[in-house]
Amino acid sequence: MIEILVSFFLLVGAAFALIGSWGLVHLPDFYLRLHGPTKATTLGVGGMIIGSVIYFSSHGETLSLHELLVTLFLFITAPVSAHMLAKAALHLQLRSEERTRNRNDV
Amino acid sequence: MKGFSWLPHPYLSLMLLVIWLLLVNTTAPGHIVLGTLLAILVPRYTTTFWSDPPRKVRLLPLLRYTLVLIGDIIVANVQVAILILGPASRLRPAFVHYPLTLQSEFAITLLASTISLTPGTVTADVSADGKGLLLHALDLEDEEALIHHIRERYELPLKEIFEC
Repeated sequence: MIEILVSFFLLVGAAFALIGSWGLVHLPDFYLRLHGPTKATTLGVGGMIIGSVIYFSSHGETLSLHELLVTLFLFITAPVSAHMLAKAALHLQLRSEERTRNRNDV
Repeated sequence: MKGFSWLPHPYLSLMLLVIWLLLVNTTAPGHIVLGTLLAILVPRYTTTFWSDPPRKVRLLPLLRYTLVLIGDIIVANVQVAILILGPASRLRPAFVHYPLTLQSEFAITLLASTISLTPGTVTADVSADGKGLLLHALDLEDEEALIHHIRERYELPLKEIFEC
């Protein structure tokens, strides 16, 4: 039973990481591509971490919670790096898609 | 330096202790002592970096905010996953200028991070006067609706949490 639960969360995590990476490859401009990794860092890693907590808590003697720190650190660092990347892109005036609304005001 | 205090940032200290215990993954007494020592020393030596520390934090609204955020991240993740898997030509990307009503730098940082963490929107820039955020949205239907959504769902609760 626990194995099914662990596999489920691992698969959900992996699926979102894959979709995030797919977005990174296939979206047309830099700003859009920035959106891909946010999925990998939130639900992607989140799913795998829940799987890990369940697995090690049921196989070890004690509750294993230090995986939650991965989530905490990711939630602190991921928005900052996304922000810095976007700022650098704006500074370099990278091309954005023609149909992006308000693209000339930034 | 206004007055000496053992715990200039009590919440930061508490969090450091919890993080330390999670890192070593045990609650052995030795590690509680070491963690407490770190929780006292680290905030004291980094206090100069905290230009604008939150003076007051209300825990119950903070808890509610965290739960709402986790729920939103999951829902938005699924929506954005569907968008990414669909044809890219169907996306309606947009830059949005979001006027801030928050004033505390710390709260603005939290709001900007929240916006980046919820899939579909990324905070791209903070205006020079600190009164607006520049967002990039993956697929935007209505600019006003997005601003209203962020205002009601994230900014006002943050105001409540930090009472600013």
